[in-house]
Amino acid sequence: MADAKGCLSLQRITKVFPNGSGQTIPVLQDINLEIRAGGFISFLGPSGCGKSTLLRLMAGLETATGGVIYVDGEAVQGPHYSRGLVFQDPNLFPWLTVEGNLVFGPRARGNELEKGILEYFLELTGLTEFRRAFPHQLSGGMAQRAALARALINRPVVLLLDEPLGALDAFTRMQMQDELYRIWRAQQITVVLVTHDIDEAIYLSERVVVFTPRPARIKSILDIPLSYPRSRENPDFFLLRNEILKLLNLSRPEEEGEFVYAI
Amino acid sequence: MEATSLKTKTPASRKSRGWDKFFPRCRRLLPLILALVVLIGVWNLLTTGLRLLPLPYFPGPREILYELWRDRGLLGLSTVYSLRLLAIGYLVGTLGGLAAGILMGWFKWGEYWLQPLLRFIGPVPAPAWIPLAMTLFPNSFLASIFLLGLSSWFPVTILTWSGIAGVNKSYLEVARTLGAGDRVLLLRVAIPAALPSIFVGLFMGLGLSFATLVVAEMLGVKAGLGWYIQWAQGWAEYDKVYGALIIMALLFSTLLSVIFRCRDRILAWQRGLIKW
Repeated sequence: MADAKGCLSLQRITKVFPNGSGQTIPVLQDINLEIRAGGFISFLGPSGCGKSTLLRLMAGLETATGGVIYVDGEAVQGPHYSRGLVFQDPNLFPWLTVEGNLVFGPRARGNELEKGILEYFLELTGLTEFRRAFPHQLSGGMAQRAALARALINRPVVLLLDEPLGALDAFTRMQMQDELYRIWRAQQITVVLVTHDIDEAIYLSERVVVFTPRPARIKSILDIPLSYPRSRENPDFFLLRNEILKLLNLSRPEEEGEFVYAI
Repeated sequence: MEATSLKTKTPASRKSRGWDKFFPRCRRLLPLILALVVLIGVWNLLTTGLRLLPLPYFPGPREILYELWRDRGLLGLSTVYSLRLLAIGYLVGTLGGLAAGILMGWFKWGEYWLQPLLRFIGPVPAPAWIPLAMTLFPNSFLASIFLLGLSSWFPVTILTWSGIAGVNKSYLEVARTLGAGDRVLLLRVAIPAALPSIFVGLFMGLGLSFATLVVAEMLGVKAGLGWYIQWAQGWAEYDKVYGALIIMALLFSTLLSVIFRCRDRILAWQRGLIKW
């Protein structure tokens, strides 16, 4: 995959927010990270640690206080459709049908849709029958698939996912994890997944980045050496899980000195 | 697997629906119709029958119907004049309100410059401007259009403004990551998202326009239903007053339902969410 696109390079990223009374709160501190084109990487960390902020920086919705993010050698300066973003809330435009939501991006840029593209992505996300439905008629899982399709139809090289399955029930969640895997394989794009769910991170990603509590720093980067497609019953799964729990200081509080009530 | 409430209509079911719907509707309305008949009967009894209510203030239903028919020429003309004034005034006010509301909701400078104007002028009831309008404009027709425009301008502006300013930020962020520029963000995201609020403004604007229309016609304009009522009252022809009131009630409620219909059609995506 020498010519594959979607290689990300985060160099010395810092971000501070004003706290409203003249002081600033550091949210991200000196984040350095290389993500290979076509890779699947997850960000894990305590709630509110700033991993979502990092994702928003990568999307271009916020600007870093320091440092640069490069995508295929080009510095990120504002949002671009080559970096698709999906939030925890699907945020479908309620006044448009599923189909209308999907074609929003290409139409907004004044592009003609290639023939069959819409149908392809409806099919890929299993929404063909619901193309004329309005968002309020969709279940949570379907709405999230429509949000995915809406991002994918722009042929992004990077897909940024901000806890996209966080609001779904456990059952739908596991189904959607399989769909995410399928989509990643089919589209060969770089996926960055912010999640709270350790199992989800292990099940899907090649590498898991564990962050410290705020200000977020990279605590550790774990390679997940399991081959795809993965099974949730794999015993190695539990070893990895324990390792991550330990990194997050979430194993038994008696054994660990500092217990973080963050999740 | 995740079923939703998608309606499927077959042509056959649509054909028979007319009758299926008509009968239950008649049955539902039957008590209301009966009550109306009884009410008119009692009224007739109190006026024409027993002469318990003082004349000329309380004519019987037959007299009113008779006047409605006899004076149909002037009543028709008055209705047309009222409608013309209302249509032009409301249109001017609504367009102005949409423009001002969009400028205020979308641009910082729009809010900065227009907000004082809105705060200062908006709450003053339009009829209070009548003396000024009559001197500022060459004729009472233009003056009335100004007044009607002013009265619908205020609510339309306020609700368009708050609708646009209150658009869910996530919609705008999503649109930006999909490649939308400023124009698309305003026209294809902010305005559609603000439509429910804008429609509330359109309703309120229409209601206020009715009030201003009648006041303006009673005070200055020499035509229209408001003028007709004033004129008939001057001659103590209360049967005419009631006749004009009935026409007004029918006219205004029809206009309101027209906007309701428009909203239901345009905001079909909201079905199930609208509570009013």
